[in-house]
Amino acid sequence: MRNRKLTPYVLVLPAWTWLALFFVVPIGGMLSLSLTTGNVITGFQQTFAVGNYATAIGDYWEQILRSLSYGACATLVCIAVGYPMAYWIAFRGGAYKSTYLLLILLPFFVSFVLRTISWRAFLSDNGVVLGPLKDIGLLPEGFAVLNSAPAVVLGLAYNFLPFMVLPIYAVLERMDPHLVEAAHDLYANRVHAFTRVILPVSLPGVFAGVLMTFIPTSADYVNASVLGGTHNTMIGNVIRTQYLVNNNYPIAASITFVLMGLLLVGIFTYARALGTERVMEVHA
Amino acid sequence: MNNRPRPRLNPALLRGLTRARRSPLALPGPTRRRTLQAGGAAAAVLALSACGVGGQQRDPAEDEDFWADKERTGDLRWANWPLYMDAERTQITQFTEATGIAVDYKEDVQEAASFFGQIQPKLAAGDDIGYDLMVLPNGFELARLIELGYLVPLDHTRLPNFAEYAGEVYKNSTYDPGNRYTVPYASGITGIAYNPEYVDREITSVQDLWDPAFEGKVGMFADPQEIANFGLLANGVAPGESTREDWEAAAEKLREQRDSGVVRAYYDQDFIQPLTNGDLWITMAWSGDIYQQNSEEGTNLEFVIPDEGATLWTDNLMLPFTTRAPVDAVELMNFLYEPEIAAGLTEYISYISPVPYAQEVLAEWADGDSDGDRADALRAMSESGLVFPTEGDYQNLHNFVVLDTDQQDEFSGLFQAVTQS
Repeated sequence: MRNRKLTPYVLVLPAWTWLALFFVVPIGGMLSLSLTTGNVITGFQQTFAVGNYATAIGDYWEQILRSLSYGACATLVCIAVGYPMAYWIAFRGGAYKSTYLLLILLPFFVSFVLRTISWRAFLSDNGVVLGPLKDIGLLPEGFAVLNSAPAVVLGLAYNFLPFMVLPIYAVLERMDPHLVEAAHDLYANRVHAFTRVILPVSLPGVFAGVLMTFIPTSADYVNASVLGGTHNTMIGNVIRTQYLVNNNYPIAASITFVLMGLLLVGIFTYARALGTERVMEVHA
Repeated sequence: MNNRPRPRLNPALLRGLTRARRSPLALPGPTRRRTLQAGGAAAAVLALSACGVGGQQRDPAEDEDFWADKERTGDLRWANWPLYMDAERTQITQFTEATGIAVDYKEDVQEAASFFGQIQPKLAAGDDIGYDLMVLPNGFELARLIELGYLVPLDHTRLPNFAEYAGEVYKNSTYDPGNRYTVPYASGITGIAYNPEYVDREITSVQDLWDPAFEGKVGMFADPQEIANFGLLANGVAPGESTREDWEAAAEKLREQRDSGVVRAYYDQDFIQPLTNGDLWITMAWSGDIYQQNSEEGTNLEFVIPDEGATLWTDNLMLPFTTRAPVDAVELMNFLYEPEIAAGLTEYISYISPVPYAQEVLAEWADGDSDGDRADALRAMSESGLVFPTEGDYQNLHNFVVLDTDQQDEFSGLFQAVTQS
């Protein structure tokens, strides 16, 4: 009998061990590192240097805000493109649903960096897209997309689109189609059926999708370094440089915590504003 | 019969992701306590690890009679950059035939900074890094390795070929005086390259990189030292003798360039493709990449050493103190300085050989080769100023400024503020 009481704890042990080893310990170590001073030659001494955070925010607030706004823009693009995709696959995909899902995932079989680099050839000033448009005079000769903010946002949205499509699809796919029929029976037109029934039901999927795109896009550094130009540096690039190039571990760690804090605040606010709990009740 | 199509992909996993009801974000009540508990745990970890990272410098005295008891092992592990030897590994095969030493050659150095980040913790702990010999450029990482005492002082009595065949420039570097820890593997010039399809005038000056006529079409390097050098040259300052005031002025000059809109982007190493397809018209560039692109792809990109001068950088062979095969490694270094071997390497990599005799060897090979194409390629290379700079060119090539760690931080900060805007 006593053994049975222990069972849940034993079952949860691997998960907790995993979290402790690969999340709590590194985060604690990182937090400690963010308060040290020194350099790679003399070592880093714990001095509880809160000033590191002042440096992180003071020197890099511009890149931090830019990252959050790029992340937000990319997330919006993902919703705009991904929602119709998920909707179409869920309701019109027929027998080929899993094929379509596979197609969405297919680019993931190629390396993330390579996919991003291929966008560079695609968006090039005289490339396959802009070249012909310039030839027929639709765009001025000096027009450029590559190495600009739109190019970075586009790259981010492209790379993280499946993380938006899949959760929305999962919610729509299990939605009872009779709900829509009921809406029509109650004289709802197609727009109303969508805004009053389908959309609210799918919001938890959108919520999950937002979490899974906004967080990684805000912290990404590959897209900004491959597709960005001047004034497009994201905070991920700064962290990478501070850590790898300058070996300035304390500043790199402090920036990481500032970013983490801001993302957490943003996500909590968003969860509250959306009222996930209530949405789930409607759904159930 | 249920004729609703069933997806073959099980969506249960995906659904789990959407269960907001169980998500801690949606349940403020009980999570608060859990958050506090987690906070307590984190505080405990913080307390445990609040001792910092200790000093990591090694005492160089340990190396005084490093060579006394060292013997050949017959196995050598070598970390080099990609494309720094042909795919057949011709020079390694020749080395193994000549000496019987087997070489495990790995193209593991993709970037100096991340390679340093990879080996530094192991060296600090005194552990084997997996390589007995490695190649790194003169730069901050090399300076740090020397300052930390992580490199083995070379035994020059084992390097007769270096003494005999290395060019004078390569025996008198500012970053490693007297070649105490390193010998050059290959060198290159950082100058200006432009695409004559788009630039219809001759480029002669660093100032051309500031020309508003090239708005949005100028490429600059992201590396703090490389870009700093060009800011300094634009201000008429020799990078090797620059001071703090010069750096600030150079950073200002570069910021002006950025904010005027001429700069398209700051590049790490992939400037060739944009230069070929017209995204860039004019850019900071490395001599060997331009030479290779022109000779292999038939492009006619121009490379110039501007009037203000350009910079010479060097990738160097060196031994970490954890090396398991120091004798074998130094034998290989010595072997690479034989003119025939150096010429073979140069033929493939198109960068500057530290062995000037390689030029004569390539010309001889061209005379003796019956295959017309290869003979032409060899002759063109032996006559190219990009691969074998003239005495006059060398007069116009500047050294990098050599800095200790404290100065490095300040220096990098100034120029990263320009490139990472």
